[in-house]
Amino acid sequence: MPRTARDVVFVDGVRTPFGKAGPKGLYAETRADDLVVRAIRELMRRNPSLPPERVDEVAIAATTQTGDQGLTIGRSAAVLAGLPKSVPGYAVDRMCAGAMTAVTTSGAGISFGSYDVVIAGGVEHMGRHPMGEGVDPNPRFLADRLVDPTALVMGSTAENLHDRFPSITKERADAYAVRSQQKVAAAYAAGRIQPDLVPTAIRSAEKGWGLATEDEPPRPGTTTDDLAKLKTPFRVHGNVTAGNAAGLNDGATACLLAAEDVAAELGLTPKMRLVDFAFAGVEPEVMGVGPVPATEKLLARNSLTMDDIGLIEINEAFAVQVLAFLEHFEIADDDARVNPWGGAIAVGHPLASSGVRLMNQLARLFEERTDVRYGLTTMCVGMGMGGTVLWENVNWEGAK
Amino acid sequence: MSDIASIFSDEVVTHARVRDVRLPHGAGTLALITLDNGFDHTKPNTFGPNGLAELNAAIDQVAARDDIVAVGVTGKPFIFAVGADLKGVPLIGRREDAAAIGRLGHDVFRRLGELDVPSFAYYNGAAMGGGVEIGLHCTYRTVSAGVPAIALPETFLGLVPGWGGTYLLPHLIGAEKALKVIIENPLAQNRTLKGRQALELGIADAMFDSADFLEESLAWTARVLTGETAVERPEVDKGKAWDDAVALARWTVDGKLHGAAPAFTRALDLVAAAKDRTRDEGFAAEDEALADLIMGDELRAGLYAFDLTQKRARKPAGAPDKALARKVTKVGVVGAGLMASQLALLFARRMEVPVVLTDLDQERLDKGVGYAHGEIDKLLAKGRVSADKANRLKALIGGSLTKDAFADADFVIEAVFEEMSVKQKVFAEVEEHVSADCVLATNTSSLSVTEMASKLKHPERVVGFHFFNPVAVLPLLEIVRGERTDDAALATAFATGKALKKSCVLVKDAPAFVVNRVLLRLMAEIIQTVDEGTPIETAERAAAPLGLPMPPFVLMGLVGPAIALHVNETLHGAFPDRFPLSEKFAKLVAAGKKGVYLPDFTVDPEVVEIFSGGTNPSTEEQVLERALAALAEEIKIMLDEGVVAAAEDIDLCMILGAGWPFHLGGITPYLDRAGVSEKVAGARFLKPGVASLAG
Repeated sequence: MPRTARDVVFVDGVRTPFGKAGPKGLYAETRADDLVVRAIRELMRRNPSLPPERVDEVAIAATTQTGDQGLTIGRSAAVLAGLPKSVPGYAVDRMCAGAMTAVTTSGAGISFGSYDVVIAGGVEHMGRHPMGEGVDPNPRFLADRLVDPTALVMGSTAENLHDRFPSITKERADAYAVRSQQKVAAAYAAGRIQPDLVPTAIRSAEKGWGLATEDEPPRPGTTTDDLAKLKTPFRVHGNVTAGNAAGLNDGATACLLAAEDVAAELGLTPKMRLVDFAFAGVEPEVMGVGPVPATEKLLARNSLTMDDIGLIEINEAFAVQVLAFLEHFEIADDDARVNPWGGAIAVGHPLASSGVRLMNQLARLFEERTDVRYGLTTMCVGMGMGGTVLWENVNWEGAK
Repeated sequence: MSDIASIFSDEVVTHARVRDVRLPHGAGTLALITLDNGFDHTKPNTFGPNGLAELNAAIDQVAARDDIVAVGVTGKPFIFAVGADLKGVPLIGRREDAAAIGRLGHDVFRRLGELDVPSFAYYNGAAMGGGVEIGLHCTYRTVSAGVPAIALPETFLGLVPGWGGTYLLPHLIGAEKALKVIIENPLAQNRTLKGRQALELGIADAMFDSADFLEESLAWTARVLTGETAVERPEVDKGKAWDDAVALARWTVDGKLHGAAPAFTRALDLVAAAKDRTRDEGFAAEDEALADLIMGDELRAGLYAFDLTQKRARKPAGAPDKALARKVTKVGVVGAGLMASQLALLFARRMEVPVVLTDLDQERLDKGVGYAHGEIDKLLAKGRVSADKANRLKALIGGSLTKDAFADADFVIEAVFEEMSVKQKVFAEVEEHVSADCVLATNTSSLSVTEMASKLKHPERVVGFHFFNPVAVLPLLEIVRGERTDDAALATAFATGKALKKSCVLVKDAPAFVVNRVLLRLMAEIIQTVDEGTPIETAERAAAPLGLPMPPFVLMGLVGPAIALHVNETLHGAFPDRFPLSEKFAKLVAAGKKGVYLPDFTVDPEVVEIFSGGTNPSTEEQVLERALAALAEEIKIMLDEGVVAAAEDIDLCMILGAGWPFHLGGITPYLDRAGVSEKVAGARFLKPGVASLAG
């Protein structure tokens, strides 16, 4: 008998405020696993009708899976968060798309019928775990010319993307970055970001205990003039600066997915429906273009075009990478569908956690935009990949 | 203040860091004070004058602000604060300095309750004494469900909770509950409260899980400030209930301590009077009490005892280099009686190595192993061990009819009949089976370890390993070095004792070692006065000022007159002058008496009859004087003989092995203070200042 796929819904998502990595950052003396624990506990607290023992899986992503991000972070965070010991968990890694992969993999498990309810999320404490910590690339990558020598330096892959898309100038990238800062500032002022932030205790031996309540990275007053002055560390006379790229950040995210019928049974209110997802590979030295083939694949399979998509949450690892996506799909740089509340250039990008931040934001946007049926969350991934998830607004007015 | 700050020159200063917190729900800004001495949880936050000054400065800073809605106080990870810096207290030599430290604590802490905005204490970790009191001064308190210990242990040491505790706590939760914390718990081996109990008693207004305790405490704070959450506390009965609670506690204290510990009485007086006092009057009275107690010898003795049990007990004087210890991977127990079974259980639980009991009789063996297994089942039923752990422990304990089961044992202890020839024979049999470096230990309470080893091929492997009953409970282990015991065997014995979580004291191979010798000397003297015609009741009461856990004849009943007589005979053999044999006492044993009391606690008339005929009765005072003189003489001789390294070890043994009072510092500080040491032994046992005022 053929198996019937079940509909999967995104019920709720939260995240810690994002911090700047490094000794002066919010979370300099806070453990990565504690960030995940805080997010999971808040998620459970916000959904009191969910009996904890009904959680079938805890999938948590981290790019560097050692130290406080090791020990099978999904399982250890579940235990530390006080979930029943009967609730299993695992760790996920697809670099920047870790949390996104945690969602697609566990969500697919729900659709397959193996889970009813899962928690998926991610964490990256880039202060405690700098990018590339402990990696040991196989010499054959270079010896056999499998990848370009710049492939593992993300900033350099962004410079390479400017080469591939000569029409994307530094000025366009900077202008995009300034708009991202402005949009985040406006969203904060309107109180749109805050509802899904989990106030998180932070400790400093020097300053004592404190509470992180807002993202640390945004620089609301940034102008294009400010950005023009910044250095281009990845290439002499290059285009990529600290201003038109996401920073190095610390943070954690977690969301609750459920089979749609189980959500109804448990009294959980869905925000959006998982329609489909796709991942695709590209040359690692231009990893930023990854979202393009992933999105093409996804739209084609679902017989949709970009015209059917009302909202796009695209991760802003680099402005150039967003612009390459927009240029490919012939979308204007300032199209209102794209990151209406700003993106990672302003709020930060703690690698493996960001996928769920995009989803939290899209879910909130769907609540406001009942005229929109479909939305995308998409991101580029190191080693040359892209991932895109197609979501349907459960409150879409056309369905009523 | 500079004066007392210089007295506490070694103070590990607890810093007070202030940081703004934006509260949820738009409740405004809270200034959060973190108490942190810069070390990890193994060195908890404490308060001396410098730490108090830092806290005061932090409060100055927050008091000057008009943009905050509340002040919070919390600790460093796992620790809130554990009270006053006790290291500095023995250095205080002037009453005015003692009074100043009391006042300073009040002056600083009380500000937390007298700010323009409400204050919140977040008990995130262990809170003791002054640490608890900081929170009591605050308007509200939350506690973490993970807090392992909350207590006001001051009376246990010889102080009172005098930085607000005796006034604020009864006014917060009522006298009955407050006395449980201030008096009852310190009296019960210094019992502490868990987070949940602190909530249930009303010390804390709310409790949150440790995982996000601070975040949830701050969210609760915001809800309290916005009025969303109302804090309700039951009204405190300031009438008869208060007086009744004090009266009941007073009765308990008198019954246990017979006035031997002034701190308890002082704390009771303060709580009693707090009912009708203003806050200022209450705090002033606490200052006075602290000054009096700090300038009294009892506190110094309490601190001395605290230091003995916390430090000296962990680093036994004269123990050989730890590195010499051999690994113990299997333990043998000769015998399968009650003591042997208890030892087997202890070794299995603490060391988690196989333990094999041997006996010649299958039935006794089955009974012995069965006893140990039954005790494990009881632990399981009480939830003290998991089912898996119970299975593991039971599998570890087995029995054998033959001693070849000891072949791969590294440590064999005998618990057979207390007679030299029997023990020598048993050790000789064991030696036929074990390896050359297997340690042979004896649990003898009075026989010579050297003699017991003398006929062995390897006498250097024999040590005395003298436990106290009940072996699972009493923390003392006298480790006896025989004349030929080598360092490796001794080091292995100490390592094993430590693994058993016992406090080990090195003792020379001398009759009855330390605890029993001191106890028996006291007993012999008291029996002698009864022999001479002193009524048992009089003799019994005479020892009350020593604050013993139970009167001498009650103790004798517990130990069993026959055993007491046996040990006394051993001691008599060695020291006939000081340990006379009482014919009447021997008669009592021969009559099969289990003690001097009937089940209704009246003195058994037949015992009175046995002891009749004395013509020279003593008064209570005379009995006490003789008892103290006997103790001083015996201890002096023991020290001269080198039975232990120092008087401190005698006190440590008496506190841990016989339950002699902590607040009297065991026994030698009391003998010094009473002037008996100088009169009888020619000199004090401890220099002034060690367990008494320096001047």
